[in-house]
Parts: sequence; structure tokens; C-alpha cells
Amino acid sequence: MNEKRQITVSQMGAGQSGTVIQILGGHGHHRSRGHGGHGHSFADRLHSLGIRPGKRVTKVSGMFMRGPVTLQVDRAQVAIGFGMASRIVVEVD
Amino acid sequence: MRILLMGNPNVGKSAFFSRITGVKVIASNYPGTTVEFIKGSMKLGAEEAEVIDVPGTYTLEPTSKAEEVASQMLQNGDLVIDIVDATNLERNLYLTQELLERQIPVIVALNIWDDTKHRGISIDAAKLEELLGVPVVPTVAVTGQGIKELVDRIPEATSPPLPERTRDERWAAIGNIISEVQIITHHHHTWREHLEDAAIKPISGLPIAAFVLAISFFVIRFIGEGLIGYVMEPLFENLWAPLMMKLSVLLGSGGFWHDMLIGKLFDGQIDFFQSMGVLTTGLFIPLGAVLPYILSFYLILGIVEDVGYLPRLAVLLDNFMHRIGLHGYAIIPTMLGLGCCVPAIMATRILESRRERFIAATLISIAIPCAASQAMIFGLVGAHGVHYVAMVYGTLFAVWVVLGFVLNRTVRGFSPELLIEIPPYRLPSWRAVLTKLWMRVYGFLREAMPIILLAIFAIGILYTLGVFDAIANFTAPVVSGIFGLPQGAVVAIVVGFLRKDVAIGLLAPLALSAGQLVVGCVVLTMFFPCIAAFVVLARELGVRGLLMASGIMIAATIIVGGLLNLIL
Repeated sequence: MNEKRQITVSQMGAGQSGTVIQILGGHGHHRSRGHGGHGHSFADRLHSLGIRPGKRVTKVSGMFMRGPVTLQVDRAQVAIGFGMASRIVVEVD
Repeated sequence: MRILLMGNPNVGKSAFFSRITGVKVIASNYPGTTVEFIKGSMKLGAEEAEVIDVPGTYTLEPTSKAEEVASQMLQNGDLVIDIVDATNLERNLYLTQELLERQIPVIVALNIWDDTKHRGISIDAAKLEELLGVPVVPTVAVTGQGIKELVDRIPEATSPPLPERTRDERWAAIGNIISEVQIITHHHHTWREHLEDAAIKPISGLPIAAFVLAISFFVIRFIGEGLIGYVMEPLFENLWAPLMMKLSVLLGSGGFWHDMLIGKLFDGQIDFFQSMGVLTTGLFIPLGAVLPYILSFYLILGIVEDVGYLPRLAVLLDNFMHRIGLHGYAIIPTMLGLGCCVPAIMATRILESRRERFIAATLISIAIPCAASQAMIFGLVGAHGVHYVAMVYGTLFAVWVVLGFVLNRTVRGFSPELLIEIPPYRLPSWRAVLTKLWMRVYGFLREAMPIILLAIFAIGILYTLGVFDAIANFTAPVVSGIFGLPQGAVVAIVVGFLRKDVAIGLLAPLALSAGQLVVGCVVLTMFFPCIAAFVVLARELGVRGLLMASGIMIAATIIVGGLLNLIL
């Protein structure tokens, strides 16, 4: 019963904490559909904001109707779109 | 010598910048890009050093346009002041590590030092200095604490011999440093942190947003009207008008130059709203009627920005904004548009995809009334009752939503998802707020003033040549048939292309009913943006984008104006 559960950030409840395990399909996401701009993956951007595997995060809140999720990482808060939040896998406490 | 101020976004970089530089500050675009940076200068011993406020960046591996610029600027700098948020040391040290690998002297400012204590953070600055191998000075940019010491130690800045490492190696190094210099103790949520969280939770956030926006607009109007009524109007009426009357007599009370410079006299007097001379209406509209609103708008916006509220508004509205093809951050250019469309359209650059920039810029130029238009709408329509003003705003808001919804369905491409840091609330630095206010107001005067004066002059000439009458006859079926406005309103619509506020002012002498005024104001706001905004729009969207936006503008104006005329 004490086994740890893996869920995505979008599935976490407000106030719940966990450790980031991996970021799914992080590469090439931004290159989709004829977008000619820079092709930086969202995993890189999350990384630069301090969200990376091994990091403890706490969900501050989520907006209703698949709105952005706000995460607490150390003493910073980061708002993440629902789609990206669904690809961050965490192991909840 | 060129000093670069670098650091993550939201670490108090601009407050720091305004602390160490003098009054002469200019904004410029990085060559070949649309990323803006601010430049100033400081005394360093006997030498004058150039100080550059580099756009905030989390890393030197560029993940956005601003970060690309930041990493390029690094090649042309002589020294870096790395500004680090002491309350968020671990993440901030990543950029520091990258900087230390470059061949450039670095000095670290451990900023927001005053906030560490009550957040339960204790940092051993001396130990950090030893481990990093460069000077580390705790600072509080907002109050000025530590700034002098930092400036004194600039000559000590060094570049330790570090090899280039991989990302994981950097994080490992940071992990080691953190474990040696930082102790975090548990702390209870302060009332400020409760307020911070409340603003992004949907149930408490929406009422807070409504409250903040209502207060902001009330204060903007209060300051704006106060400046107009007690400062600008008396100045113009009591000092400028007598001078102009003398000039009027000198010019023989008539003739070409009199009409151009002074304009028409009403009962032998100058009417600053209607005379249409370059030196009367041409000066009064931008300086007397519009500048006060620009000032008060950008003052309040700057405060709300620096307190750290806007990202919360972006998160709150993200869901809704996605339905009109934008993400939450587009609320910032949109709000700027309530001041002046020129900086607003320029600010759409912060949006990532072309599609988003197109939708945001088009919506701003069609449905967002600038401070100038709003001042005139309040003056003119407000006289008939507040509910008519509400009708104008309600219609424009509906246009913004419906048009955004349509554009979202039809414009190709994608709109990326939101990913932003939510900074804590902070007491704004008055220096930083005032520096920003000055830059924005100066930008407005520099970009808009010459065009306004030219426009008034051009209108005068066209008027004398009878061009307006010809256009009026030509477009009469649309104007009177669809919009239900008299032919005279055509002049206003044409003038509106040059200057929105003047155009709305031109509706004043037409003796329109309240309903017609509402139609007139909506049509004038939606129809082409003023020439200054038009030029910026062309620059940002390109010719094809501009033509598309213009087509949408004309179609939307005719449909909405026609519908309003049927209803009212």
C-alpha cells in the first residue's frame, strides 16, 4: 500500500507535492505545424525554469477547464499550460 | 568600457540599472532584431562606463529570441554584473555558472537580500564568493543597500578558469555549492504569500482581477482628468491662447497661413478642439488632452507591472485568451493598447508565434481604444450619460471577443502554450517606475508628435482643396445608408486615419443624437488605426499581414457599424 504513485502534474491536486521523474516527448514539440521559428523544445525551457527530473514540486493551483497549472519549485512559482503539464510525470508522496 | 547587467527575469534588474546609472537613459533595438534593450552610463573612478540592461534570461543556451540577443550581447561586453535573486539561488546560479565559463570578468550581486530572512533562507555570502571565485555582494536594489559596495568592487571582477561543461555537470556543481552556502528553514506562509496565491486561484483570482482593474482605471481617470482640468487647460487657455490671438491679428485674421497655423475662429476666439490650426488644435490635442492620459496610464501600468501582478492576470485569463487564439501573456500588449497602439503593437513581439502576433496586433488595432480616443469618447459621449459610454465599451469588448474567436478558427499556424514564471509581489522601486514612465512618454512624444502636427497640416490643406467634400459625396451611401450618420461625419472618418482623437472631436459640431454618437465612436475606433499605429503595424506584420488586417478591419467596421445603427 505504501508504493509510490506516478501521475502527471495536470492530475495532481492543489497542494499536492511530488518529485519530477521525467518530461514526456519534450523534443520538437514547438516545431509543429509550419511554425518557422526557433525549435527549442519545451523540456529545455522547463529545465531553464528549474523544473527538471529529480526536482521536488508542489502544485499551487490549477485553473478550471484545462487552464494553466501553477507549480512551486523551490521558492519560485511557474505557470505551465495544461498540455505541457500533462507531460510532466511526477512521483507523488 | 561596457558593463552588462545580466540575470534571470524578475530579479530587480531594472531597479538595479536605475540605481547605478544617471539620468541619460535610452532604449534601442538590438541590430537586426526587435528585442529592445536599455542603455545608460555610470562613473567608474575617472572613467565613464556604458551600462547595458540586457534582456532577462534564464540561460545562455538560447530558448527564446530575447535569450539569443542576450547571449550575442555578451560577446561585445567587457564586464558582467550578474544579478542573482537571493531568494531563488539554485536556479539563478545556472546562468552564473554559464557566465563563469565565458572569458569575461564577472561580479555577482546577491539581490533581494532583504527578503531572504523572512522566507527562511540563510546564505553565507563570503563562502559563496570563495566557491564561485568572483566577488559576491549582497544588495537590495530597491532601497540602494549594498549598491555602493558593489560598484567599489567592480575592479575586482574576474573570470575564473572554468572549462565549458554539460548541463548536468553545471547542475551538479550548483548542487554542491548550494549544500555548502544555503540553509533553508521552514517558514509559515506570510499574508503576502497568501495574497500571491489567492490571485492565481480561479475562485479568488477573478474578483481580485476585477478589483485591481477597476481601481486602476479609476485612478488613471482621476489623475488624467486632474492634469487636464487643473494644469493643461488653464495653461493653454490663459497663457497660450492670448499669444495665439496676437499671432492671429498679426496674420490679418484670415488667409492661408492663418488657417493653417491658427485655424478657424469661433466667435472671434480660438477653440482648441475645433480650430484645427497646427499651433492651436495641433498642439493642444497631443499635449493638452492626450499626454495627461498617457502619463497617468503608464504610471499606473508601471506600478502594477513592477508589483508583479500582471503575470497572475495572464495565468487567470490564459484559458479564455486561448479561445481567441492567444495565450494569457497577450493581455499585456492589449492593456498597453489602452494607452497607445504604437507601443502596444510593438509589444506583441513578446508573443512567440507569427499567428499570435498577427491576431494580437489585429485585435489591438481594431477593438482597443487608445487613451486619446478614450479621453474624447468620455468627453463627447459621456455628456449624454454613462450608459452610452458603457455601450461603446461593451460593443468594442464584444468585437474583441467575437473577432478573436473567428480569427482563432481561421488563421493558420499554432499558438504555443503558456510557460511563465510568477514572481512574488514586491514593493516597486520608484526610480525604476519613473525611468520606465519617462521612456514610454518620451517614446510617445517622439513617435507621435511629428505625425500629429503633419497630419493637422495635411488636413488643413486637403480641406482647403475641397478633397473632403469629394470623398464625402463618394462614400455617402455607406456613411449615411449603413451607419446612419450625416455626410459631415465622413470628414471625421477620413481624419481618423491620421488622428483618432481629433476625428472624434470632429463629431462634436455635427449635433448628433446620442445613438449616432455611439455608432460614430465605435466606427472611428474600429476603422483604421491612426497613421502612427498603421506604420508600426506595417513594420510588425509585413505588407501581406497589413493588407489582411486592413481587410478584416474594413469588413468588421461595416458589419458592426451597420448592426449598431439598426439596433439604436
